[in-house]
Amino acid sequence: MSSSSFLKVSVWRGKAKGAFVTYDVPRRESQTVLDVVTHIQRAIDPSLSYRFACRVGMCGSCAMTVNGKARWTCRTHVSKVVEGDALEIAPLSNLPVIKDLATDMREFFDKWARAKGQFKGTRTRYDDFAVVAPDSKARGAANAGIECIGCAVCYASCDVVAWRPGYLGPAALNRAWTLANDVRDVQQKERLLAVSGDAGCHACHTQGSCNERCPKQIEPTAGISGLKKLAARAAVRGELG
Amino acid sequence: MITVEQAARITEAKLWYWQRISAMVLALCVIVHVAIMIYAVRGGLTGAEILGRTRGSVSFAAFYGVFVLACAVHVPVGLMRVAEEWLHLDRFLSVVLGKLFGVTILFLGLRAVYGVFTG
Repeated sequence: MSSSSFLKVSVWRGKAKGAFVTYDVPRRESQTVLDVVTHIQRAIDPSLSYRFACRVGMCGSCAMTVNGKARWTCRTHVSKVVEGDALEIAPLSNLPVIKDLATDMREFFDKWARAKGQFKGTRTRYDDFAVVAPDSKARGAANAGIECIGCAVCYASCDVVAWRPGYLGPAALNRAWTLANDVRDVQQKERLLAVSGDAGCHACHTQGSCNERCPKQIEPTAGISGLKKLAARAAVRGELG
Repeated sequence: MITVEQAARITEAKLWYWQRISAMVLALCVIVHVAIMIYAVRGGLTGAEILGRTRGSVSFAAFYGVFVLACAVHVPVGLMRVAEEWLHLDRFLSVVLGKLFGVTILFLGLRAVYGVFTG
């Protein structure tokens, strides 16, 4: 618990153009950053816009930039990120701001679709279940990336997304990698083509901000390098496209 | 049939592959090159000493020829990325810049190898 009983919280107000407004928020035990934002909206300024749902780290909707870094705010304790008694809370980077702390996530999720993030199988309800060995290499690779909650922390932390707005980004490519390792999926070739090139996995410089910031400890760069190898091999052998 | 955009993606994937392969070659070349330098530079190094080692040596010429080739493959791909992402040049200009740089490296490098081989 901080010695000060109040936090100085600078919160982004506005859209792309706006300014930080500072609020005094009472410091509490085990307080999360989402608690702070909720206090401001409920007790100080009801016009503050932000997004959250589950409050327990499952839904991926409450990510914001806290003291310069993208984080899931519901599972981020103030004590872990506060600098003195100061908190700066801004919307996620690399996404258009709708208002205040709420960003437009359409492009982020559209990119999942563009990366062929949909599962497509051939079995029907009349067929038996597919047997996937839990200890197989492919299942292990899929497991490593499958807990993504779609919070866009990785996307907001990625320099390549900032430099190349068309880049699919770590989350979409991580999703593609989990499906590339799904033995039941039948659109592998189309997916490899969709995630290739300078809008896809080959643009990643493996800087690793996504790995560092992912609240679920997923390593998107591991999946992306897997996709790079698959796609490049297929391209050189003439099997891509 | 694939679209123009898909063809570009395939090219990108191939470029990445070649950059990775050339990086592996370069990693080996740099280690060998640095080891030779450390060995050769003991007690000073003169132009005559260098030429004494390289003149007429097919293995030296072959090694540095491969080194230059690997540079000429590797560097343009990386430079294209830098030109696009940091200088915000469009694709066409980035490719031209990268290729020009690659051809320059190839020409100057092979000329230098030829120079110390025949010199």
